[in-house]
Amino acid sequence: MKTPLLQFTDNGIYCEKANVYLDPWKPVDHAIISHGHADHSRYGHKKYITHHRNVPIIQHRLGEINVAGKEWGETFIVNNVKFSLHPAGHIIGSSQIRVEYKGEVWVFTGDYKTENDGISTPYEPIKCNTFITECTFGLPAFKWTPQAEVFENINNWWAENKAEGKTSILFGYSLGKAQRLLKYLNTDISEIYTHGAIENMTEVLRPLVDFPKTTLITRETKKEQLLGNIVLAPPSAHGSTWIRKMVPYVTASASGWMTFRGARRRRAIDKGFVLSDHCDWGGLLESIEATGADKIICTHGYTDIFSKYLREQGYDARTEATQYGEEETEAALASKSTASV
Amino acid sequence: MKNFAQLIKTLDSTNKTTIKVQALTAYFLKANDADKVWTIAILSHRRPSRPVNTTLLRTWASQLANIPLWLFEESYHIVGDLAETIALVIPAADQSSDKSLTDFLQEMIALKKKTDEEKKAYLYENWSVLNYYERFVFTKLITGGFRIGVSQKLMTRALAKATDIEEDILAYKLMGNWDPNTITFQELVLEENESDYLSKPYPFYLAYAIESEASDLGDIYEWSAEHKWDGIRSQVILRNNELFVWSRGEELVTDKYPEFAKFVGVIPNGTVIDGEILPYPNGTIGTFNDLQTRIGRKNVTAALLKKVPVILKAYDLLEWEGKDVRQLPFIERRKLLENLFNEVTERSRSDIPLHLSKTMHFSSWDEMAKERELSREKFSEGLMLKRKDSPYLVGRKKGDWWKWKVDPLTIDAVLTYAMRGHGRRSNLFTDYTFALWNDNEEGEKELVTFAKAYSGLTDAEFRKIDAWIKKNTLERFGPVRSVTPHHVFEIAFEGIALSKRHKSGVATRFPRILRWRTDKKIEEANSLDDLKAMIP
Repeated sequence: MKTPLLQFTDNGIYCEKANVYLDPWKPVDHAIISHGHADHSRYGHKKYITHHRNVPIIQHRLGEINVAGKEWGETFIVNNVKFSLHPAGHIIGSSQIRVEYKGEVWVFTGDYKTENDGISTPYEPIKCNTFITECTFGLPAFKWTPQAEVFENINNWWAENKAEGKTSILFGYSLGKAQRLLKYLNTDISEIYTHGAIENMTEVLRPLVDFPKTTLITRETKKEQLLGNIVLAPPSAHGSTWIRKMVPYVTASASGWMTFRGARRRRAIDKGFVLSDHCDWGGLLESIEATGADKIICTHGYTDIFSKYLREQGYDARTEATQYGEEETEAALASKSTASV
Repeated sequence: MKNFAQLIKTLDSTNKTTIKVQALTAYFLKANDADKVWTIAILSHRRPSRPVNTTLLRTWASQLANIPLWLFEESYHIVGDLAETIALVIPAADQSSDKSLTDFLQEMIALKKKTDEEKKAYLYENWSVLNYYERFVFTKLITGGFRIGVSQKLMTRALAKATDIEEDILAYKLMGNWDPNTITFQELVLEENESDYLSKPYPFYLAYAIESEASDLGDIYEWSAEHKWDGIRSQVILRNNELFVWSRGEELVTDKYPEFAKFVGVIPNGTVIDGEILPYPNGTIGTFNDLQTRIGRKNVTAALLKKVPVILKAYDLLEWEGKDVRQLPFIERRKLLENLFNEVTERSRSDIPLHLSKTMHFSSWDEMAKERELSREKFSEGLMLKRKDSPYLVGRKKGDWWKWKVDPLTIDAVLTYAMRGHGRRSNLFTDYTFALWNDNEEGEKELVTFAKAYSGLTDAEFRKIDAWIKKNTLERFGPVRSVTPHHVFEIAFEGIALSKRHKSGVATRFPRILRWRTDKKIEEANSLDDLKAMIP
């Protein structure tokens, strides 16, 4: 049996022919990186290749690394294997990685979403034979509403809180979700304050995207100064003393997990907005169909359920264990939030 | 329906009691009378019986969502709530219904008698047009069980604010048997109507557990003590030559306990007794496990009646000679109760299933503590402390009554299976099965399941264990996962008895997790023999 073009090894997804890893979770010599979240871009590789919009992100996160930036669709060949990066629409600079050898094409999605969020380059389906896909939200219970509607709700919520003289605290990951929220907050309502993790990451991305003005919360920031304004904070700040000082406040979380009533209640968040940087059920199915692939490999999320469904639909679908999704699971999200308390 | 759905949404999206009461009060001021009655009914667990069984609901919802049934079931296990799952998987619609809550409930009542085809058509019609939240509330009304963190007490408080009627009086009015489909708001809440009160129980007075030292309660001479019986808290009512037995869950259970029919004609009319229904096999108090065989049986066979007869352990008198005596001091109510008991037993020559829960008076807290240590021998859970001069209050109130339970029995057991929880624990593995060591026939050590528990850990601990379970699953059986034996937990329980229904041969009462023994290896967990040694 011939060796598959990409293999799932202890180090990560491996192309033996080119001796290159895709989003490896252990230190390797050559790594192609889909995007800047911690579970996909890790420390310790000798060389990193990624989209140039992701370069400042991983430099900010990983410090001094040997990294080369590529354009969308720019082909680079290693030992006759053709690699190229294509927009994944997940966060700024997030790519799908296309791998071709002797006419056979594999695409690895990293994380992706089909909705154009206006700050990440929108997802493009890529024709391939084998499609390696995430399925974080691979259940029919997940259906996103268009972001314009969600942002309208978020801005209305902010305005209501302001009218009641309260500070609005909105939780979202410091890389990706926070900037997407920031982009669409209506600064006619009032001002935007940030947690340090979000301020720093946003600072890195300002040269790439036009964001509204933000003010970093420091020790000197008075809570009276925050009243009526909105604070963007990472989920880990929930329940921290940093937050408690902002009384009176109202909290909200923007995440795909907010689909579940239980998820919001259990974290004792006042309001949940369903907003995700991943595909919903319909998005996953459409994307898979658009690739024309007949072999599907599910890497993280509800993999067993989703791949079983795909097999029923006639795909040759299977699950491979990876170390992705740590960042994205609800448990991780929640345990991080308690760890910092 | 719009207003009701909005109310549920508000109640569901806050943890703050004040906001809940505010929202309910505003709703009660605005809603029409029929909707108010239905809202009270729903929030006090008086929904109409389920018009469509859940198997059909699942099947039809998966068909409308165009997904296979197994995928619907998997989604349900993860979402953790049937109505929520249905509302989520069905394709989005965006209409709101102008029909009132009452309209919907009347339709649902009528639906029960219709054919499956008609039921399906009705559900499809509504599922396809209602927006997400109304679809959820609509389905919830069908599946029942609105658990949204609104207690009857909270609802009563809001209703009191909206109507300017005292909360305790309202609590009384809302008790007992009434049919939301026929009663009006005027009759239920506003009117004074003595004849309605024939079957009506009084709201139960419930005690809190003692928080620190019993001796902090002050002068021991102010306190009366009695054993705390482990049965079914109930009120026995005799009025107009009729008997009514109410359980604490406000369920009329007269038919389940035919033994008490003997009270009629012996206990005078206009009497309400507060007490505990206890199993009494072989002339002694049995275990809660014995009582389990009676609970939930509507038709009690003669054989069962003989095997597990029940008695009423009486401890308080709420109505005497047709008068509400709840405001009398406890010791005076007791005097009346004891006189009644003596008269009744004399008249019936003790052939009546009425026992008296004896009160005890101590001259020191140490003496009382010694009595408490004897609880297990006396088939009780500990002591109840009641202030001698206290009136009979409504609901759970601090101050005059306290539970002083014996410390639970405990054992160290190994986590072997886990299941996802419901409600705020949906999508988290929080329902656990625990096992103890036992030697099998070949003389090898193996783990034998003995109890399930799903409370006692903090949210943070649950999340840690959930993450661990997801990574250490051995096998999946639908919603249940077997996990690598690795974690040891200290399990507490109130009582223990031999049982044929349990694989381990032992049934424990109210098992719950006391703490996570991260310091222990599975080899250090207890054995089934250790557990059996605790059986009295």
